[in-house]
Amino acid sequence: MQKRLVGTLVAIGLITTGCVTINIYFPAAAAEKAADKIIDEVWQLKPEAKPDAKSGKPANPAAENKGEVK
Amino acid sequence: MKHITKLLWIMLFAFAGSASAAADLEVNTPAIAAVKASMQARHNSLSTYYASGAVGLTRDGNVAVRDASLVPLAARQSVNGLVADENRDRAALYREIARANGHPEWEAEVRSTFAQRWIDKAASGWWVQNAGGAWVKK
Repeated sequence: MQKRLVGTLVAIGLITTGCVTINIYFPAAAAEKAADKIIDEVWQLKPEAKPDAKSGKPANPAAENKGEVK
Repeated sequence: MKHITKLLWIMLFAFAGSASAAADLEVNTPAIAAVKASMQARHNSLSTYYASGAVGLTRDGNVAVRDASLVPLAARQSVNGLVADENRDRAALYREIARANGHPEWEAEVRSTFAQRWIDKAASGWWVQNAGGAWVKK
């Protein structure tokens, strides 16, 4: 029984270390998503807008509040 | 004893679940919001210069004066100021995103992700740097 407990603890140790190791990799896809969201806000682009509004003036300033679902 | 083992396994799975659920990057901190607001306020002034080609988007996630001769002499000082302020905000943005996610060492990767997305999202007619550092018009 005691052995089994030790084994479990070792397994927990290994698996949690594994999780932490995975987490140190840069989450490229998540970063891209975050970048898109921030750029849309800073440049006041609507997510589906064509970058056609060259004049840089958003049709409705309220658009900036229309964040995408996280 | 068996119960303890069981409990430990449950705790382990709960932990593993919460760890893998953190798929999104945290971008909603007060520091990030402040930088964003500052950049948003500056964008109206800068977009004129993006459109004229005086200022372009660099491949390293900054902005730069590309052709000062496109700016009236009287405004050149202020363009330089805008560019410097923008780059300061951008550096803070990249740094804060990395920090907010507990990995300050991600700053360079955050920057290069942004660099690519700024350029991809730039309006046509704006100038951006290609991978070799040359200016191209979108």
